[in-house]
Amino acid sequence: MQNSTYGNLTFSTVKPGEALAKAKNMKPVDIIAAMSDSGMKGRGGAGFPTSIKWNLAAAAKGDEKFVVCNADEGEPGTFKDRVILTDYPELVFEGMTIAAMAIGAKVGIVYLRGEYAYLTKQLEDLLAKCREENLLGKNVLGKQGFDFDIEIRMGSGAYVCGEETALIESLEGQRGEPRNRPPFPVDTGFMGRPTIVNNVETLAWASCIIAKGPEWFNAIGTEKSKGPKLFSISGDCEKPGVYELPMGITIAELLAEVGGANAKAVQIGGASGQCVPKTQFDRQIAFEDIATGGSVIVFGPERDMLTVAHNFMEFFVEESCGQCTPCREGNAKLLEGVNMLREGKCSMSYLKELCALGETMQLASKCGLGQSSPNAFLSIVSNFEQEMMGRTN
Amino acid sequence: MLITERQRMVQDIESWAGQFGNDRSSLMPILQNVQKKYSRISEFSMQAIADRLEIHPVEVYGVVSFYSFLKDEVHGKFVIRLCQTITCDMAGKDRVAKQLENDLGVSFGETTTDGMFTLEYANCLGMCDQGPAMLVNDQVFTCVTPEKVHDIIQGCRQSLTAFAGLRKES
Ligand SMILES: Cc1cc2nc3c(=O)[nH]c(=O)nc-3n(C[C@H](O)[C@H](O)[C@H](O)COP(=O)(O)O)c2cc1C
Ligand code: SF4
Repeated sequence: MQNSTYGNLTFSTVKPGEALAKAKNMKPVDIIAAMSDSGMKGRGGAGFPTSIKWNLAAAAKGDEKFVVCNADEGEPGTFKDRVILTDYPELVFEGMTIAAMAIGAKVGIVYLRGEYAYLTKQLEDLLAKCREENLLGKNVLGKQGFDFDIEIRMGSGAYVCGEETALIESLEGQRGEPRNRPPFPVDTGFMGRPTIVNNVETLAWASCIIAKGPEWFNAIGTEKSKGPKLFSISGDCEKPGVYELPMGITIAELLAEVGGANAKAVQIGGASGQCVPKTQFDRQIAFEDIATGGSVIVFGPERDMLTVAHNFMEFFVEESCGQCTPCREGNAKLLEGVNMLREGKCSMSYLKELCALGETMQLASKCGLGQSSPNAFLSIVSNFEQEMMGRTN
Repeated sequence: MLITERQRMVQDIESWAGQFGNDRSSLMPILQNVQKKYSRISEFSMQAIADRLEIHPVEVYGVVSFYSFLKDEVHGKFVIRLCQTITCDMAGKDRVAKQLENDLGVSFGETTTDGMFTLEYANCLGMCDQGPAMLVNDQVFTCVTPEKVHDIIQGCRQSLTAFAGLRKES
């Protein structure tokens, strides 16, 4: 296994310990203000402003508070968190520690997906080293009264556990079934206590923002989508791997960078994202246009888009937790529909019914999994209609 | 199972519960440790965990059955999980799958008769830039080709005989 990263990542320019040494002398409000000035939104996909999340947790009342790092990275096509945890884990742990200073937490938990179990040894060793150097433990870096430690908890092969309330259920020893929101984890999280759940990359950027200053981050990107972003690029392109690119980059620019200029479509945001055809490659990857946690899958001219839709629907049928009907039954129906299309046995009126079902699932499902599971199907069916109907193979 | 092994398991569960916080939130790590050490999560172990955490054994079973990596049934010493998600699929996972079935003599979802290998699919392993990818227990293999399958399987067999040899010597 090698890590293919392209270009210089900002993460390589921030020295371990730099951010924490600075944060140590900051007041919680100043840390949160720095996040606010940077304009950073969460890198896990949903794009919630990090400063608001931290502020809510800081303001929430609780005898204990928790910082959780979401390292469940299960979205098809995403692997940048693995690269961060392999090459820059210090920045993630520092980000958690800074978040803990901001909200007043004593315990941090990394929820690492079971598929990445081979990373645990290295991460545990680093945690031990941090304890030796007083980057974790009692009175961190001599800051009186600030105690913080981090433990690693493993997932066991369930995509839905990346959803923050399912993740918390899993941490509490339950089946990973999402909760209703509200209440949100910032006031009722792990063990009913205020908890922030942040993506691996969000926490690593938090360290960079403290080390390099919020202005640096804010100067990159668009009006509504600030900062650099890591992208996981895979599929039919010459240079798949992890790239750091500014938010707001167009799909065409991105494809030129990765050697995928002849693509016929790209899937942005993984299985729960959308499939964008060539005619729309001038669109921007940003929260105001096409939002993503960073997964970009490139499809070359020869790819059969129905095979792609089939693969994604099988994924959701397997990964639905089965708690609510629109998602449990809806995904099975959509998969059945894809199979009918494959066999050339689907009428146009039935396809329209399936699309209406997809729209219902987007509205009526309990959590983000069910709400976003029809996206790929709907965008593929509408953009590649000519590939769908009357098939003979 | 021998009585002594059962006792040992109960002792292990006791110490893991202590290590991970003594309450329900220690359930996942206890289950993961039981599986790691005893290969599967047997009915006996579920009962012992339930007793220790003062919850109903059905609660424990409910959790075990939810997670695809937790197993109550007997399975191979090596669990091979081939990534079936789209990029590994596009990179040629079908041919790797076929060769795995040929070389192991079982289909997906099955365990070899010698109890060495269980063959399964997994969803995205986060190796999309280096597909086809697969996990063998905790170890990841990338850019797997049909020709490499044999070597990987042999490697597993050898690691086990090497381990048995070591035990004999000591
Ligand atoms: C089905 C589903 C899976 C998710 N998987 C992940 C994941 O693997 N990693 C992640 O950071 N966020 C994931 N999320 C988003 C989280 O719920 C949450 O929004 C995120 O961890 C917040 O972190 P951020 O604000 O730093 O982005 C998932 C959401 C859903 C609905
Ligand atoms: S939408 Fe799907 S994954 Fe989410 S709670 Fe409902 S059944 Fe479970």
